[in-house]
Amino acid sequence: MTSRLTGVAPLIQRDKVHASLYTDQAIFAEELQKIWYRTWVFVGHESEVSQPGDYVRKRLGLQDVIMTRDRDGEIHLLLNRCAHRGNQVCDDAKGNSATFRCPLHGWTFRNTGELIGFPFYKGYGTRKLDLAMGRVARVDSYHGFVFGSFAEEGPSLLDHLGAAAGEIDRLVRLSPENRVELTAGWLGHETHSNWKLLAENETDGYHPQFVHGSIFGVTGSTIGPLYSDASTAVTRDLGNGHSENDLRPEFRKFAEPMRWFGTTEQRVPDYVAAMRALHGDAAEQILIEGAPHVMIFPNLFIAEIQVFNIQPVAFNQCTQYSTAVQLVGAPELNKRMVSQCVGSVGPAGMLLADDTEMYERNQLGLEARQPEWLQIRRGLQRETTDENGFIIGGATDETGMRGFWSHYASLMEAQ
Amino acid sequence: MTSTIDASDELTAVPDGFDIRDVEQFLFREARFADESDYDSWEALWTDDALYWVPAGNDSVDPLATMSVVYDNRNRISTRLKQLRTGRRYAQAPPSNLRRLISNVELVGGRAVAGNGVDLEVGANFLVVESRARGNRLWGGRVTYRLRWVDGALRLSYKKVVLVDKDKPLPTLGFLI
Repeated sequence: MTSRLTGVAPLIQRDKVHASLYTDQAIFAEELQKIWYRTWVFVGHESEVSQPGDYVRKRLGLQDVIMTRDRDGEIHLLLNRCAHRGNQVCDDAKGNSATFRCPLHGWTFRNTGELIGFPFYKGYGTRKLDLAMGRVARVDSYHGFVFGSFAEEGPSLLDHLGAAAGEIDRLVRLSPENRVELTAGWLGHETHSNWKLLAENETDGYHPQFVHGSIFGVTGSTIGPLYSDASTAVTRDLGNGHSENDLRPEFRKFAEPMRWFGTTEQRVPDYVAAMRALHGDAAEQILIEGAPHVMIFPNLFIAEIQVFNIQPVAFNQCTQYSTAVQLVGAPELNKRMVSQCVGSVGPAGMLLADDTEMYERNQLGLEARQPEWLQIRRGLQRETTDENGFIIGGATDETGMRGFWSHYASLMEAQ
Repeated sequence: MTSTIDASDELTAVPDGFDIRDVEQFLFREARFADESDYDSWEALWTDDALYWVPAGNDSVDPLATMSVVYDNRNRISTRLKQLRTGRRYAQAPPSNLRRLISNVELVGGRAVAGNGVDLEVGANFLVVESRARGNRLWGGRVTYRLRWVDGALRLSYKKVVLVDKDKPLPTLGFLI
């Protein structure tokens, strides 16, 4: 076993990574500090707190976070802890309230985290105390996707998203009103594996034909060939640990509007008409190319019509939260999106339950003492650079994983 | 395909023609088929307009606009079972070892279904012990069934399973609950 005194750098090589990255509790503790409590982490969507006073409980790393919208419409991420003795101040999963009152001694906080009162003030000799609920230091959003960073200073959200912002744009432009909501509620899926196995798998185009062969076979799905050796799709390292399976080359080959959604334009005529009215000639390309399949470091996965929020629990456990994308102005699509998503994801999902089975068996497999390394070399010899300077590999290559690990190493090596 | 989601919102009196002993025997049989992963026998219990629903969180929301753990119409029940039968539905290959108890059976009322008369609505509690290689798990909750006589045999048109753990992240649910 490589000594921890040397940091993680020796554990991460261009073509392989060391199993201890998934099994070492000390590395997990370090990830919390250097990744989850430092970089931008996806938390939720503004549409979950659409009205002033709305709040919803979320996770950020191991932290219990309350996402609130104040009376001015601003979003806050508060830590669920009273400034007095640390009791939890919020026990409902969601609701609407301008204030949170701690049940232990009645201290009351505004939904911005500010302390506004405490009983029997004479005991403190003052009516004002310079105390507040803890807050996630920086909160920002992109097209309503809310991210938090515990670092007071650092790269902006836009800097962090980099090229991945364009993938969110690509999702949002599928709405005739250029707006996406995540209002269908989240399925929580308890997963007994290290979170990084999920992050790596999300743009692994090598596994679908094997892990999902059972459902592709019985439904006659057209997804399988997208991830075959013959596919023209590419895996792209978008930088900053983000990666995508860019399926557009395959959809352009067929040039059929809505094929990406497994349907035809005749089945969703109002939607297609609305898009053509809005975009004119440009609508065809949008309707043919469809939605992105992008993993945004460290925990936001947009898989065409569904969104995943991955949060760590322990070195060998994490939670996957998943929901259906809802395109504002596209009622014809939204019910289908919920229906398809319910069939696919979550604890009983016909796709994700099998992925999760693999994550969990993989975690146990990694406890084997030998061999110590996992291979991430697939496609290394055939990688190229696209016209925008991004590294791309074939549809089934491990280009995304290598991008993930490169960024992971840079965060873990930073002081 | 019409579905029992089109059933009346109104619960009426318990319809005639159902005996509690027959009903219980049917529920126990359904439970045994599910426990023993006897997919063919289990599938044969359903009507053509079936609905098999496991809500997530609040179960009084619109299931067409809200995520559920399972929301299968008859077609999707069939797909789910076909996937299980491949033997490569890894979340259930190998299948879980299962045994469940059904209790507190109540005849709750009647549910009018367009063109299909009135289904009997039955409530019951359940507890399942699931044993898998990576550990054991207890699943408990409340089931609402709707039953109908079809060609002299009881059939299941609706099964809604509200888990006591519905407000928390759930582990993989690969078996028929």
